[in-house]
Amino acid sequence: MSAPLLRARALVAGWQGPATAPLHFVLENGRILGLTGPNGVGKTTILSALAGRARVFSGLLEMRPGLRLALQTQDVPPVAGVPLTGRELLELTAAPADGLPPWLGGRLDLRLDRLSGGQRHYLALWAILQAPADLVLLDEPTNNLDAAGVAHLVTALRERVASGGGVVLVSHDHDFVAQVCDQVIVLREVPDVV
Amino acid sequence: MWSDLFLLPFLTGLCLALILPVLGCFLRLRDEWLAALAYAHVAAAGALLALVGGLSPAFGGMAAAALAGASKRVFARRLAGGAAFALLLLAGWAVAVLLAANQPLAERLGHALFDGQLYFSGGAQLALVAPWAVFAGAMLLVLSRHLLLARVYPDHFQARHLRAWPVMLGFDLVAALTLALATMTMGVMGGFALIFVPAWIVFRRAPGWRRGLLLATLVGVAGYTAAFMLALWLDQPFGPVLALLLIVLGLVIA
Repeated sequence: MSAPLLRARALVAGWQGPATAPLHFVLENGRILGLTGPNGVGKTTILSALAGRARVFSGLLEMRPGLRLALQTQDVPPVAGVPLTGRELLELTAAPADGLPPWLGGRLDLRLDRLSGGQRHYLALWAILQAPADLVLLDEPTNNLDAAGVAHLVTALRERVASGGGVVLVSHDHDFVAQVCDQVIVLREVPDVV
Repeated sequence: MWSDLFLLPFLTGLCLALILPVLGCFLRLRDEWLAALAYAHVAAAGALLALVGGLSPAFGGMAAAALAGASKRVFARRLAGGAAFALLLLAGWAVAVLLAANQPLAERLGHALFDGQLYFSGGAQLALVAPWAVFAGAMLLVLSRHLLLARVYPDHFQARHLRAWPVMLGFDLVAALTLALATMTMGVMGGFALIFVPAWIVFRRAPGWRRGLLLATLVGVAGYTAAFMLALWLDQPFGPVLALLLIVLGLVIA
């Protein structure tokens, strides 16, 4: 059995100071971990710590050596006014276009700033989700998505981990988290592993 | 017109007309189009300083621009939001004007640098500009994906544990040195026109990035060629003719 992708023991992360309760989890290859909970408990901070953006103040965070990360943040990629097509965006992250939903697959040759907000968000998300990586970190991936987009994302996430790698996602969408995640941590003052 | 007298200046400017619009697209991508004016003014100041110090103006201009490009990153945190380029522009302009006001030699060269002296370019200038344009084009090709990723996914480098600074420093140096050469060949505003206008058209009209770079090059070369011929025919300075032609072209297309 291969080593876990991630192992956290009493992990406390933050920016200027500690901002999360101690967190314990192990993420194996082929699994999806969901972080959920009310606003302000540090879901995004934990994700940022995994990506090396936020600081780890105490506890232990172990990553499998050589782990390749792909990170999708809540920030909309700043492409307004930039002449970049969807196909060129996918080429940047080496993400294949195969498997895109039909409502997006036919619009790949349009500039990103000519797409709707939801289409642009899903394409930017797809470019990260399908990039060559061992661990994909997603922050509120269902933002701006309609029901069809969420349904497609659930399938794409399951297929992604079935082909290798793992996913850690942050979401306030409990239905989505329950539907797609193998393990869920509800962040509160004392995290509760379900 | 195609005698050596005009062929060498034409070819020298053509090399710059091929590379400056592409560089302009990357500067605009990084919201750094003001860099064109900043590096041009610093290069002019460096050339004048070198002249006063008994050194080659070309060496002085390129060294000053390269130093500005490299050191800009050191002050990046304090000078965010384009402040670095604004300060470089002001400093370059101030030094150049003060030198020109106090040194007769510098005054003549200063006029030439700010107005452009394309028609006086010779074989030595072409021998410098042509290989640099090829090198700069190759560098932009290599850096292109990284520069686009840095714009679209700013966290990409950190998440992949990659160092972004070699990419950014490499781009800054290519931009600074290309603009130094452009300033010393076609003047501050001639170079700026080729940096700014084609990229502005591309960002408004191009259907994609690759086709945008091609469009920028076409606009730059067409505008440059037309301006070169028109300025000769009308016996007018090249820089202002180029700027006016590109503005008209830009307003029509964009």
